[in-house]
Amino acid sequence: MAWYTDTTTERKKAKKSLWVKCKKCHSHIYENEWINNLNVCPNCNYHGSITSWERINLIFDKDTFVELFSNISPIDSLKFNDLKGSYKDKYENNIKKTGISEAVTTGHGKINGNQAVIAVMDFRFLGGSLGSGTGEKILQAANYAYDKDLPYIVFSASGGARMQEGALSLMQMAKTCAGVARLNKKNIPYISVLTNPTTGGVSASYAMMGDLNISEPGALIAFAGRRVIEQTIGEKLPDDFQTSEYLLEHGFVDSIVNRKDMKNYLSNVLSYYNR
Amino acid sequence: MGLEVDNTAVMELEEKKAEVIKEDLSPWEIVKKSRHPNRPILQDYLEQIFSNFIEFHGDRYYSDDKAMIGGFAEIEGKKVMLIGHNKGKSTNENIDRNFGMAKPEGYRKALRLMKLAERFNVPIVTIIDTPGAFPGLEAEERGQAEAIAKNLTEMASIEVPIICVVIGEGGSGGALGIGVGDKILMLSNAIYSVISPEGCASILWRDAKFAPDAAEALNLTANALLKHGVIDEIINEPGEGAHSNYEEIADSVKKSILNNIKDLKGLQTDELIQKRFEKYSGIGKFSTNS
Ligand SMILES: [Zn+2]
Repeated sequence: MAWYTDTTTERKKAKKSLWVKCKKCHSHIYENEWINNLNVCPNCNYHGSITSWERINLIFDKDTFVELFSNISPIDSLKFNDLKGSYKDKYENNIKKTGISEAVTTGHGKINGNQAVIAVMDFRFLGGSLGSGTGEKILQAANYAYDKDLPYIVFSASGGARMQEGALSLMQMAKTCAGVARLNKKNIPYISVLTNPTTGGVSASYAMMGDLNISEPGALIAFAGRRVIEQTIGEKLPDDFQTSEYLLEHGFVDSIVNRKDMKNYLSNVLSYYNR
Repeated sequence: MGLEVDNTAVMELEEKKAEVIKEDLSPWEIVKKSRHPNRPILQDYLEQIFSNFIEFHGDRYYSDDKAMIGGFAEIEGKKVMLIGHNKGKSTNENIDRNFGMAKPEGYRKALRLMKLAERFNVPIVTIIDTPGAFPGLEAEERGQAEAIAKNLTEMASIEVPIICVVIGEGGSGGALGIGVGDKILMLSNAIYSVISPEGCASILWRDAKFAPDAAEALNLTANALLKHGVIDEIINEPGEGAHSNYEEIADSVKKSILNNIKDLKGLQTDELIQKRFEKYSGIGKFSTNS
């Protein structure tokens, strides 16, 4: 299910030169301008990827975020080896490279004064893939929201289930949804924010189960990969297929919100939470 | 623990015997058996072990998906809601049933019938046998992801026992979409995987011809999945596999379903839901040291 494997980030390119090339309109943007604009293209509004901590700093009031479950990291329980080596080497490299130990960062804090529990996925870490540790953190954070009667927000950025954990990763879809089911039973709001990309097993589990599904502009949101579908139907797909705009039109997303407006949008919604 | 030393030789012998019986097929050979053209499909189990099938149609939103069927049925007099992927045998049957690849309307019908089972307070039996959920334009358009996600969420708290049986191919999210339950049973030559070995090979090995390697790495056999806590019970297939003796495998499946219904019957609803939640909370392995 994890068919989306493009892991290039604008940040990396930025380090190599003072210019960042926009992936969508291909215009060259000054690195500083790009960063000041929250990794969003000032020319075409393409939303580039950002790290989980950059996201947390954007959303939460200063010094209110408390990280939870940071002790969780992957295990190579299947001893999975492919052409490029072992899964263990892969995630150890990712831990070194990113400074985080799983594809999601979890915690709680205040958004313009409104308390919420949050899980923010990080696409840099193994393509944001959903492994056992990822699922565990998303479930634990949901359970924390359940215990404290706090709204739960998940930012998704993922290529899907983590193949290197086999069916154990598939089962994280059921595990995380079981957490969402408990929130539903207790009438605790769950807001899902789908960012680029949210695909495969993540789209087919917690990411689509928000009481509100919010998205950033132009995000790829898909169950099956474009190439697989084109092979199945034998024809080219429309350009806007599987974008947040396409999903809004088809009734699966409540609203598309620009990155710079996300904090106020979320706090505005959270301000209605009355319990 | 003191007995450990004395038993080592015996245990080793037993392990070797078990290996000879169980591990003589490679994962790739098991993949091929799970897709054998004569492998019994849902229709065969319907004929062999279920009676008085009252089929219900439609998801109430869009259409009736022939790749996923369901309705009330009896198994040795015991009333259940039977839901399953509907593969075919002949090419025509398979085209008609989309090779058991359900669309959103299939998953939505399945959920509607599970809710119906809740109303009537009858246990649910799901039969899993699909290469995957249908990857097509209209499936995406109508919310394949949402339909599966909804089932995973709702099945976590359906208030009757759910028994899932993987009879052939357990293809990823398309299988899991009717695969959340209290007991997961699996035939010894069935497979259950996050991605097809061919798909995995073409991504991680850059070539689908490495599918046998991917099959090995993915741990998609019943033995491996039992070891990793993904499934609860293996139903042993006769002779060359399920296709070699329909009556025998059907009888084993029947016995296993009935035993599990009996075991789950005594549980209070709250207990059932709590146990199901704990079951899924416990799946997966990770480190807590970093
Ligand atoms: Zn641009």
